Amino acid sequence: MTPILQPQSRVLSRRSFLVTTGGLGIAVAFGSVPDLASGAAMASAAEGDFRPNAWITIGADGTVSIISPAVEMGQGITTTLPLLVAEELDADWSRVRVVQAPSDAETYGNPGFYGIQLTGGSESTRGYNAVLRMTGAQTRLILLAGAAGMLNVPVSELETEPHRVLHPSSGRSLDYGEIAARALLPDPLPQATEADLKQSDRWRYIGTRTIQRIDVPSKVNGTAVFGIDVQLPDMLHGAVLRAPIQDERPETIDDAEARDVPGITHIVPLSYGVGIVGETVEATRRAKDLLNVTWSTTSRVRNYSSQRLLDEYRAVGRDFGQQGVPAHTNGDAEAAIAAATTVIEADYMSDHVAHATMEPMNATALVTGDRVEIWAPTQGPTGTQGFAAEVVGTTPDKVKVNTTLLGGGFGRKAEADFIIDAVSLAKAVEGRPVKVIWSREDDVRHDKFRPLEAQHVKVGLDAEGNIVGWRHRIVADSIFARTLPPVFEEAGGHDDVVTEGAKFNYTVPAHQIEYLRQDNGLAIGFWFAVGVGYTRFAIECVVDEIAAARGIDPVALRLELLKDQPRARKVIETVARMAEWDRARDGRGLGVAYSDAFGSHCAQVAEVSLNRDTGAIRVHKVWCAIDPGVAIQPLHIEAMMMTGITNGTGHALFEQINVIDGEVQESNFDTYRVIRMSEAPEIEVAVVPTPGSPFGGIGQAGLPPTGPAIANAVARLTGGVRLRHYPFTPERVKAALDT
Amino acid sequence: MTAFTINGQAVNVATEPDTPLLWVIREHLKLTGTKFGCGIAQCGACTVHVDGEPMRSCQTFLEDVAGRKVTTIEGLSPDSSHPLQRAWIAEQVPQCGYCQSGQIMQAAALLAATPNPTREQIVDHMDGNICRCGTYVRIISAIQRAAREG
Repeated sequence: MTPILQPQSRVLSRRSFLVTTGGLGIAVAFGSVPDLASGAAMASAAEGDFRPNAWITIGADGTVSIISPAVEMGQGITTTLPLLVAEELDADWSRVRVVQAPSDAETYGNPGFYGIQLTGGSESTRGYNAVLRMTGAQTRLILLAGAAGMLNVPVSELETEPHRVLHPSSGRSLDYGEIAARALLPDPLPQATEADLKQSDRWRYIGTRTIQRIDVPSKVNGTAVFGIDVQLPDMLHGAVLRAPIQDERPETIDDAEARDVPGITHIVPLSYGVGIVGETVEATRRAKDLLNVTWSTTSRVRNYSSQRLLDEYRAVGRDFGQQGVPAHTNGDAEAAIAAATTVIEADYMSDHVAHATMEPMNATALVTGDRVEIWAPTQGPTGTQGFAAEVVGTTPDKVKVNTTLLGGGFGRKAEADFIIDAVSLAKAVEGRPVKVIWSREDDVRHDKFRPLEAQHVKVGLDAEGNIVGWRHRIVADSIFARTLPPVFEEAGGHDDVVTEGAKFNYTVPAHQIEYLRQDNGLAIGFWFAVGVGYTRFAIECVVDEIAAARGIDPVALRLELLKDQPRARKVIETVARMAEWDRARDGRGLGVAYSDAFGSHCAQVAEVSLNRDTGAIRVHKVWCAIDPGVAIQPLHIEAMMMTGITNGTGHALFEQINVIDGEVQESNFDTYRVIRMSEAPEIEVAVVPTPGSPFGGIGQAGLPPTGPAIANAVARLTGGVRLRHYPFTPERVKAALDT
Repeated sequence: MTAFTINGQAVNVATEPDTPLLWVIREHLKLTGTKFGCGIAQCGACTVHVDGEPMRSCQTFLEDVAGRKVTTIEGLSPDSSHPLQRAWIAEQVPQCGYCQSGQIMQAAALLAATPNPTREQIVDHMDGNICRCGTYVRIISAIQRAAREG
């Protein structure tokens, strides 16, 4: 959702002002305001409900400091959002400094994402762009007004170039720093409106390929600080032995041997495991292995076996007697299908997948009385405050969160379990910070996996082959029921994120989407592209099944279903051209897929070959055309597409978590297979923006089309053998070839 | 006490000799550019050079490096100007960046032995280094650029 731009500016002090738009207030200060995070002086000058911190300061030396409200986990957002301010401010990007926001949802919450300060869902650019651009434009107007006073000329005679206000008729000019050092705020304040935003032909930064990401230099020489790198004076180390099965508790703890390990200072029983604190990492890891714990045997997760459950889920999907919660209803799809000439019906499924972020879960915490300070690679700094406060028995306002760089997030670091570890151990050793680092084995076994899910799709065609009705039933447990219960309840038991992507932009006269929740106790979570990662697998494969049934080309069918949607047609036509869609390849097949998820249009073509003896699929190349609306940093959008396509290939071919009787079978990269360089396809990306359209999300937009493009390519290569179950392991491919 | 050289400096570390070099580097010597990824030599995030050879520091132990020369990402060049570091910036390789120290150290060993590797040699040499952000395409481009530009 895009906030409505109704900006208003008001004075906070003689040298600072507040821009409010879209329900968010952004404070801007001139001169030296060193403590960006506290902004105490401005808070005291503020009126009403706002507790403004300075988002943007322009120092006397001209340095422009801009807070990034979103966290950096590789998606480039700490460059993107400040760049939008700099564009409208007409700042010199080389004189911009970016500061990571402190934890404060009231000030930094995303107006487009429930007002919470959580980075995820490809929502940051979509949620913040309007308010940040408006603030840049407003600040520029105020600099112009200040310069008019200093030069004693009408503001209408002034213009800007990067970081300078010019008075062309006299040849005089002022640097932004000079203005910030001396100017007082004009009274009344000029009020920027949407008309003050630059037209796209005047953009200096947006859309260029020359802007580099601010975090890259620190990531090639070891100076980037991730959560795991935090070093504090007097810091202790912590490790946690977790129950082998979710929700079990320690019943007896024999820690005699663990205590004897030199350097161990504390053994801390926890409700879900046993914590160890010591002077070195190696001591805590040794001691953890020497703990002898008996666990409760009461968790209902003991009944959880993923392959058996998936069979059940598939049966639920097929059983139309079981009615789901409506996720989307347009017309009477069932009646339309009942009257159809041809009915196409198929099941699509996917196994659990793990995040396995390269930086394993970790956090550092210091508890002092009722105050907590946390250093962590977290996607949700303000959620973290609440969980930490609960552990210590204090209030969230007494919890300070320092967000570090994230070594991958993919939704995993929106969780709080690793934070709770650190705070629990820090509470036990009050006064000294404790850094807890999970082993990779714990990181995989105790992940919050992408839901296990089955989908049943039923489509009716009339005698001419037109789609008359489309039913889509999604069978899975809920993420929101665990993570955001009020959102889940308010939606009447519908989980918007689990069914995400099922609603599409193809023109069909009747469309019904149902959600059939299966509550089996295993905690599931947000993975890269969440629901879209599998709903588009089903949809895009079914579109190809329809094309095959009608005997028409899959590209042509998509263009027909999107005939009144020029942006969608553009990416499909572009990618078909790039891949030379009509050129046959010896021994290789091409498959196409498309997605409009996250506000961006993305089409991909995959070129694959197949070893029919082993069932192994090789993805040679993927072409991608992406229309993100406005392409802020095309070079970086290409990188995001590469991420989506590479992981899209990996989750379609390899990634698989098996749970048997509640125990996760995989534990490290030797058993949980992720894609490696030798398995990754070559990738060619075309960024084809549509200026004037809304800003789309790109973080996750590249992943959904890859898997179905691969499956569709295999079907075209094999005369119609459909792969319907992620991942396409060689055994499953062989089985499909044999039937 | 175990004595060895790291990034040209002589150090003495007092901990158990079977401690993984990774934790010695990161937590005792506070050189945090070398990353923990898996602990079982499956991902390459912890790659350092021992006497010029790429080694997984999570499966190399303190006693193994006694008297030897260890180089980490911090010591690859005095001012981040190694051809690979420049190429990594030019190609804008890192995303989350967590694996990139290991990727660069692994690649540096390749270029030291094979100044002009083929694409196949690059892929073969780099296949033990996982990048969860899927930057493989740009890693290959950056290694090729570094080989070209020196």
